[in-house]
Amino acid sequence: MVLITTDKDPVAADTETPVLSLRAATLSFGGRELWHNLNLDVQPGEFLAVLGPNGTGKTSLLKTILGQQKLTSGSIEFLGHPVGRGSKKIGYIPQQKLLEQGTPLRARDLVAFGVNGNRWGLPISSKAVRKRVDDILESVGATDYANVPVSTLSGGEQQRIRVGQSIAGDPQLLLCDEPLLSLDLHHQRQVSELIDEQRKALGTAVVFVTHDVNPILGMVDRVLYLAGGRFRVGTPDEVLRSEVLSYMYDTPVEVIRSRGRIVVLGAPEGYGVHDHLEHHVVAGVGR
Amino acid sequence: MNQDLWNQIFGFANYGELLALVKNSIIAGAILGIVGGLIGPFVMTRDLAFAVHGISELSFAGASAALLFGVNVVAGSIGGSLLAALLIGILGAKARERNSIIAVLMPFGLGLGILFLALYKGRSANKFGLLTGQIVSVDNPQLTMLIAISVVVIIALFFVWRPLSFASVDADVARAKGLPVTTISIVFMILLGLATAVSIQVVGALLVLSLLVTPAAAAMRVTASPFLTPLLSVLFAVTSVVGGILLALGGGLPISPYVTTISFLIYLVCRVIGARKERRGDSGRLVSAGLPKVRIEA
Repeated sequence: MVLITTDKDPVAADTETPVLSLRAATLSFGGRELWHNLNLDVQPGEFLAVLGPNGTGKTSLLKTILGQQKLTSGSIEFLGHPVGRGSKKIGYIPQQKLLEQGTPLRARDLVAFGVNGNRWGLPISSKAVRKRVDDILESVGATDYANVPVSTLSGGEQQRIRVGQSIAGDPQLLLCDEPLLSLDLHHQRQVSELIDEQRKALGTAVVFVTHDVNPILGMVDRVLYLAGGRFRVGTPDEVLRSEVLSYMYDTPVEVIRSRGRIVVLGAPEGYGVHDHLEHHVVAGVGR
Repeated sequence: MNQDLWNQIFGFANYGELLALVKNSIIAGAILGIVGGLIGPFVMTRDLAFAVHGISELSFAGASAALLFGVNVVAGSIGGSLLAALLIGILGAKARERNSIIAVLMPFGLGLGILFLALYKGRSANKFGLLTGQIVSVDNPQLTMLIAISVVVIIALFFVWRPLSFASVDADVARAKGLPVTTISIVFMILLGLATAVSIQVVGALLVLSLLVTPAAAAMRVTASPFLTPLLSVLFAVTSVVGGILLALGGGLPISPYVTTISFLIYLVCRVIGARKERRGDSGRLVSAGLPKVRIEA
């Protein structure tokens, strides 16, 4: 049985500066430890999936990387420097949230924010910026609805635009917070392929938070699995195994692979049953 | 219809002479229209329409206190506005909290204002003006002050425009990109406080929404372009204010009913145009995509 120890990082031998580096990172809320002593290096071009039920600190990890959440102890560095409050070099795809009806914003404007939204002044774009926006819209297959109000687009279309926006600033790290949520299978595949193409073309590191690894299983280099206050890092084959997850959940869990998909049976809170779990975790924190 | 009443509402006797008298007011009105038209789309996208109303009531309290103590009314109005805007901006980051804070502040401000006015022994037109608008009776030094503040607000808006739009519609991503979203929102509240204070001088505390919200709401019915929206919104606001001043001139009535009516009619027309556009399916989409669209609602 091979349990993946946290300090043995398969790609760590690389001399390149990691895009993201966590050392002895611990995060706790009100006495409850989400993760403890997390060591993790993410290399350029690496695709890391962050898995686990809700309430285990997946989104908090993203917030920590974005400087919106402080570590309880340990350190976190982005491109060799302590993380700041966000960065132009980070692309971010939030959970799908439909924009308010009537928002004065077309698809191309959302992408343009990704190119130069940080710049002060009036939103008058140079020819070069407009060209860049057109190219991005084309690369995510959104040319047809470039001038359509974002709020009237379907969920799948909005997420395509989000991918376009996130890659518009040529980021070195792409953070994705459940970008496939509420998309049907067809659009799940399209959106995740867009993200994968981007990281292959530009060597962008990807940290992809999801409750379901299946749509991205073929792209993932490594998995960070969070559950029950424990975590494991390794390739999907190393981590997504019955004995590993049984140890993490502290109860017999069976991981079944069938036709290229992974199903986890017997996880106490159920794999992918979020609402129940959230409830359970909150209730268990000594209210 | 009673001829006298008609003449009182739409009187054009000696119009030329009157026009010369209010030339400054018209210029000031146009500039205030530009301020209201520019800031309006942000009020809408940041969901602050109710906040505008709350700010204007505290601004009214400030102005009536100034009237009572014999100090500059515009300054008093700005003081009340800024205080309210900052309180709402700092305490009410979330929409629900914000609404309850506004609902608490608003009657308090209005009550204070009524107290100060009741104690005030001067001309009653001054009192009424604070609630319903009085630009024609604003004197020159105050007019200069209004214009100066308006210009400051316009320049500041132009400077923060792009990050402000980004933070307004897409705060999470803007924050991830390293924009100081909280600072931007406080800066915006200050600008909104100033804009509200100057608008009160035109249409009065009760009717400020017609200048800061209605033109933008009308523009947003007919376009989603981030360029056309403020342009149309400015056009609508300026038309309402200047048109209102011109129509009100002959009759000696307050200008606010004219301003609010023009602004309302523009909104109605835009709603009709917007509904027609929607019915035609004119969304700007080039071709309907070939793949079947399955939409799963969360």
